Amino acid sequence: MSKLLEVKDLKVSFNTYNGEVQAVRGVTFDLNKGETLAIVGESGSGKSVTSMALMQLLPKPHGYVKSGEILFEGEDIVKKSTRDMQKIRGKDISMVFQDPMSSLNPTMKIGNQIMEGLIKHQNMNRTNARKKAVELLELVGIPHPETRLNQYPHQFSGGMRQRVVVAIALACNPKILIADEPTTALDVTIQAQILELMKDIQKETDSAIIFITHDLGVVANVADRVAVMYAGKIVEIGTTDDIFYNAKHPYTWGLLGSMPTLDSDEEELFAIPGSPPDLLNPPKGDAFAPRNEFALEIDTVMEPPMFKVSDTHYAATWLLHEDAPKIEPPESVQRRMQGFSNTGSKDGEK
Amino acid sequence: MFRYILRRILYMAVTLFIIATVSFFLMKMLPGSPLKAEDKLSEEQREIVLEKYGLNDPVPVQYVRYIGGLVKGDLGISFTFDNTPVTKILMDRIGPSAQLGAQALLIGTFLGILLGLIAAISHNGALDYTSTILAVLGTSIPSFVFAGLLQRYLAVEWELFPVALWGTFEHTILPTVALMIFPMATAARFTRTEMIEVMGSNFITTARAKGVSEYGIIFKHGLRNALIPLVTVMGPMAVSLMTGTLVIEKIFAVPGIGEQFVTSVMVNDYPTIMGTTLLFAFLFVLIILVIDLLYVLIDPRIRLTGGES
Ligand SMILES: Nc1ncnc2c1ncn2[C@@H]1O[C@H](COP(=O)(O)OP(=O)(O)OP(=O)(O)O)[C@@H](O)[C@H]1O
Ligand SMILES: [Mg+2]
Repeated sequence: MSKLLEVKDLKVSFNTYNGEVQAVRGVTFDLNKGETLAIVGESGSGKSVTSMALMQLLPKPHGYVKSGEILFEGEDIVKKSTRDMQKIRGKDISMVFQDPMSSLNPTMKIGNQIMEGLIKHQNMNRTNARKKAVELLELVGIPHPETRLNQYPHQFSGGMRQRVVVAIALACNPKILIADEPTTALDVTIQAQILELMKDIQKETDSAIIFITHDLGVVANVADRVAVMYAGKIVEIGTTDDIFYNAKHPYTWGLLGSMPTLDSDEEELFAIPGSPPDLLNPPKGDAFAPRNEFALEIDTVMEPPMFKVSDTHYAATWLLHEDAPKIEPPESVQRRMQGFSNTGSKDGEK
Repeated sequence: MFRYILRRILYMAVTLFIIATVSFFLMKMLPGSPLKAEDKLSEEQREIVLEKYGLNDPVPVQYVRYIGGLVKGDLGISFTFDNTPVTKILMDRIGPSAQLGAQALLIGTFLGILLGLIAAISHNGALDYTSTILAVLGTSIPSFVFAGLLQRYLAVEWELFPVALWGTFEHTILPTVALMIFPMATAARFTRTEMIEVMGSNFITTARAKGVSEYGIIFKHGLRNALIPLVTVMGPMAVSLMTGTLVIEKIFAVPGIGEQFVTSVMVNDYPTIMGTTLLFAFLFVLIILVIDLLYVLIDPRIRLTGGES
């Protein structure tokens, strides 16, 4: 498999009045061609900040990459100039944002917003860009594309706007599409349609997708691999099967346990107790320890390294250390993982 | 669209009628008369003059006569200024006022937007603070202070421009500058605030994520959206310019409407006062209409009601 993107020990901080907020504290993962990687984690875990760093779109000047590398096709994005980044953004890497209501320019026609990237990156003239824009709107399932091109965002519903945003992101056949909670603001049926749309398009264009969400339910349907983030770090990463059938990190157990499923009526949903740590002063040991019922003594002293579970599966918890007591996931979570493996994760949700 | 404008014009007429009525009676309540004590007229002569101008009739009669003339476009005859019709006086004098007003509004707004833009881009930088201080000074110091300073230094001491009077383009420079400080400062402050807000919005990030250049971000995506709210303050700004001209024209002895208005107030020249007031009122409602239409033009989210377009 060819590696399209390699993120190595990425650290991102924000300078604020109260001090340095360490939003991302050493994230390492890679992305292969044509695959879908889901990044999950609760609010504030650093998912958006990670994706903004990939695009060099961190709010300047107070947001900055503190250290680490982001290798895109072998070249470090962190070191690229603004001008070089402008050539990469929208062409090689593009992004779909969370809120379709505010992510389109209210005073620019939809057509022009789609054509902008085409004209810039593919040197198209307006006529050709227009033709391509019509195709794109058709591709994302917007009826009457010819007339729709001349309309403004306020004339579209939320779901339609998100389709437009997807069309903009796909305009130049990007190698990587970053979708930051692209369906959170939409209702369930529209969510499913947009996800379906992204999967279809991926099959056609073979682009890789980084899919950011806090909804594990969505992940099962779309992702090849899953990275679980907590307090600015990846605490567990593996294939979707690894995470759904054989999770090793107590935080992942918590996420699985708190995930509502259709056949879960007999089980109580459990919420992870407590709240995430303050990233102004991240704790010394394992950031999850205070919320972890299985925490070991060492968790308060030393951060766990990534332990290898299998070739595809890694988790950062001392429970995987050979000297650690053998601990099994809570029973309800075990039953869940069993349930997923019986039905197969890909349609575990249906 | 057409029906909407038609309806607005009807409203304008009603507004003007109300303004004419109110100011007519207000003016009648003013103390004093067009005839000054120094005029040294005998009681008899006084009567003749008052009779001639219809000032002895009961006020309601005068009012009906005035409105009757108004409908026909007749603003009456000036008591001073050689008995010329008020319409003619206003026509003769609107040129310099309009020129000053337009120059000040256009140049002031343009420079203000530029200043505000620079401030917003260098957000919290030295340029930002400088232009913010300039803007605060510009909005808080009245224009006649600037007028005095400009006259004193640029005209009297350094002799760069004529001190006063009218004639060549040079004559318009100092009054225009004095007059444009306020719209400039207002536009600068407004543009800065709006621009900073717009640049922080999600669609700017979307545009950046598309690879749009910084130039495109600022002008195509940022500025256009930042300027929409500016249109709302353009109305009050234009009005403050109109009142500003009253004083500025007097200071620079510009033969415009403002200067003549101040004079006619001092001598109780009723028809001229009324005529000027109505002209200002007319310009005011006209500006509001133009701004509302402008709004529709630049903000696609606004649709006019009452007309199928
Ligand atoms: N502009 C900023 N200034 C200061 N801190 C920031 C800024 N943006 C993000 N952060 C901090 O970075 C951390 C991670 O934020 P991020 O937006 O990446 O979370 P997230 O995982 O995307 O959460 P969500 O699911 O709510 O979108 C948070 O603790 C947040 O407070
Ligand atoms: Mg986020």
